[in-house]
Amino acid sequence: MKLAVWTYEGPPHVGAMRVATGMTGLHYVLHAPQGDTYADLLFTMIERRNHRPPVTFTTFQAADLGADTASLFKQACQNAYERFRPEAMIVGASCTAELIQDDPGGLAETMGLPIPTVALELPSYQRKENFGADETFYQIVRTLAKPTTKTTKVTANLIGPTALGFRHRDDISEVIALLDDMGIGVNVVAPMTASPDDIGRLSAAHFNVLMYPETAQSAARWMEREWGMAYTKTVPIGVGATRDFVAEVANIAERKPYLDESRLRLPWYSQSVDSNYLTGKRVFIFGDGTHVRAAARIARDEIGFEVVGVGCYNREQARGVRTLAKQYGVEALITDDYLEVERILANLEPELILGTQMERHIGKRLGIPCTVISAPVHVQDFPARYSPQMGIEGANVIFDTWVHPLVMGLEEHLLTMFRDDFEFHDEAGPSHHGVAHQTQSPTERRSDTDVIWLPAAQAELKKIPFFVRGKARRNTEVFASERGMAEISVDTLYEAKAHYAR
Amino acid sequence: MTVMPNPTAFAGCDDTSVLKERGQREVFCGLTSIIWLHRKMPDAFFLVIGSRTCAHLLQSAAGVMIFAEPRFATAILEETDLAGLADAQNELDRVVGELLNRRPDIRRLFLVGSCPSEVIKLDLQCAAERLTTKHAPHVRVLNYSGSGIETTFTQGEDACLAAMVSVLPESQNQQLLLVGALPEVVEEQAVSLLSAMGIEPVRVLPAPRADEDFGIGENTFFALTQPFLGDTHAALTRRGAHHIAAPFPFGEKGTTAWLQAIANVFKVADSRFKSVTEVPRARARKAISQAADVLAGKSVFLFPDSQLEIPLARFLTVECGMTAIEVGTPYLHRGLVEQDLEFLPTSTTISEGQDVDQQLDRCRQSRPDLTVCGLGLANPLEAEGLITKWAIELVFSPIHFYEQAGDLAGLFSRPLRRSERLKLAAVS
Repeated sequence: MKLAVWTYEGPPHVGAMRVATGMTGLHYVLHAPQGDTYADLLFTMIERRNHRPPVTFTTFQAADLGADTASLFKQACQNAYERFRPEAMIVGASCTAELIQDDPGGLAETMGLPIPTVALELPSYQRKENFGADETFYQIVRTLAKPTTKTTKVTANLIGPTALGFRHRDDISEVIALLDDMGIGVNVVAPMTASPDDIGRLSAAHFNVLMYPETAQSAARWMEREWGMAYTKTVPIGVGATRDFVAEVANIAERKPYLDESRLRLPWYSQSVDSNYLTGKRVFIFGDGTHVRAAARIARDEIGFEVVGVGCYNREQARGVRTLAKQYGVEALITDDYLEVERILANLEPELILGTQMERHIGKRLGIPCTVISAPVHVQDFPARYSPQMGIEGANVIFDTWVHPLVMGLEEHLLTMFRDDFEFHDEAGPSHHGVAHQTQSPTERRSDTDVIWLPAAQAELKKIPFFVRGKARRNTEVFASERGMAEISVDTLYEAKAHYAR
Repeated sequence: MTVMPNPTAFAGCDDTSVLKERGQREVFCGLTSIIWLHRKMPDAFFLVIGSRTCAHLLQSAAGVMIFAEPRFATAILEETDLAGLADAQNELDRVVGELLNRRPDIRRLFLVGSCPSEVIKLDLQCAAERLTTKHAPHVRVLNYSGSGIETTFTQGEDACLAAMVSVLPESQNQQLLLVGALPEVVEEQAVSLLSAMGIEPVRVLPAPRADEDFGIGENTFFALTQPFLGDTHAALTRRGAHHIAAPFPFGEKGTTAWLQAIANVFKVADSRFKSVTEVPRARARKAISQAADVLAGKSVFLFPDSQLEIPLARFLTVECGMTAIEVGTPYLHRGLVEQDLEFLPTSTTISEGQDVDQQLDRCRQSRPDLTVCGLGLANPLEAEGLITKWAIELVFSPIHFYEQAGDLAGLFSRPLRRSERLKLAAVS
């Protein structure tokens, strides 16, 4: 038994729903008790989908358990087939149905439906949502994809985007544009936008672009093994990664690399003097492995932040994130325990969190600004405007959204100059945000060490602008305790300041 | 004193006229009610013994995660727990021990059964008794099932309250008991109206804190504030308490009839009843008429959700002038909603259970002006051009009694007003 307060990932059948809902012409019959239909609202509310997910739940009840849940499942399959006329069906069980062992795959097979049926075995008590999506897509590809002749033009498949993914909708457009600029066409985008028929002709492409390893790694490997189809290893999030991606694609497709940088603004925005204040801002990065790896590179190399911690909640990506952490000289936090992430954040006191919706909540409570870079997502992560993470426009979007929660450069400068001014006091927070998002002032937070702040030092600390106050407090305490000092005076504060000056 | 118009002829009084369906049910399970129950009882913790799906449901249904460490959590069953049951009980002791260590403020702990824990027949009753002994006197441990195989949405509250009734001490004092978890502001309004009529003492179930528990017995008279409390009703009746049957206190007329039924039992003089209710009644009437002008003459279709559907349909038709095409409810507790049911006309289809695809077909065909449904259906129906009201707001918002009558009408009129307001076509 594992005590969970909030979870980063849903159960594996929710991953299967993300695949099914992204596709067209596919129907998912899920053997599940009444109540599991809650998952529909993830798609209709969070993603604002205008149709119900193509999922039929058997919604069995206690009374059915004594009777015949197997025929209930078959009836649901039959009804779903007749009503929705899908081109293919996937069938499986949720956690409770797994326990009653009705074998949905076997039952569906005996029905003799005139369409392909894919049986899913998703171990609900061991695995989670991302595994469910990856496994479902893999099984669909294995069952439906057939060897075909290659397209005459060089084409690629875009694999990985699903329903309820973080910015998948817009990343697709961006990657299609990147390939188009190099004269490479798109054969199929899957699972999102693909029909079972489209899955059938995946092998017509010359290679695969693996957009999100979380959801399509297994399918990419299988296609490589079966048909020798190469797939890209670089995820084009950030300027450097996009350039690497273009080089990798050029290499696979045997053509000249080409990247239209006319709309790329991140490098200049990062170079312009207003961005000086971004230098060395301490950021903590947490999310799915793919987005975390990309974000770390952008944070350090493209914006000039200091990465003080990285981690991911999906163990499938733990190895990559551990390697990354080593390169950045920090500890890797591999956990799906939300309370542990909160503890680490409270301890590290970064100036910015790049995280998920969960970290956004933590940040709100700790008074630390946060930008969402990864699933799990909420309704505001599906903006009406075009807002990719990948490619050229993705880099521009990332610059804006990461910098937005912070105090603007010029403003930070003014706050430092006029810090005691009665009209310009810094408790108000960034001026472009209506309400101060400081819920807890860093000076009021209890110290972890035994060092005592003398009143004068405490007062001096309050004169330091809020967005660096937490760091100043922490640095001073570390400085003092390393030197065995029991008290912090104004002098200690400034000695520490000089010590950490950069 | 007539507080309600005469019931219209109701054909739904015999079972045959209720449309009973069996198919996919697009409803929440009983675990969902933890979201409001834990707010109502600040010293209680709800520990679901379930799967990752249960944890994900609680998180998704709550929408936003406002609380750093909420007073509910899931003990997620793992492969090792499923292997041997003896293990699971030990594991439960360990998890509960850790939890109570971290949260010394907890006085009441509910072990909440889920679909997987029910299927593997994990004995939570036995666990609750063992843990109560272990952690006495500081913490009382109770258990109930909020599983989807046994409960739908608000039935979770019913199961929880019924479990609480079973451990209330015996008392022969005469008292009025209000049953159902209501927002504090609403509960206070009801208590103050009843006190003004001289009815005392007034107790509430669930009591906000463990030390506010009271006894019950043959001189306890209870009124339900929610229509989904069938098991709690039965538990109280078994303990000798007497139910005061009434329509549910929604809107001006529902509230008046509900108060009147209580006043009759406690022999409140007509003049006193009138003087206490006159002003808020007039205020409620005015508020409803302002909010409900866009509702009059419009048709409404209610999908099954919280079991509030029958009383709400009564409010919408009798007090707001709407026509109910179909009123769906997960379960029809005829004994509890009879006094609301009799005001619905014969032309209204009453449906129990659900086959969501068939019900959607009927809804599309009847093109109601307003469809009341769950969050899974609302956007898809809006995209088809049907105006919808999310049913879940009716459970989370204060909607009972006089002062909220206007707000209740407003919840239904807002989507209609909004759709009239939006103009996106070119002007020329």
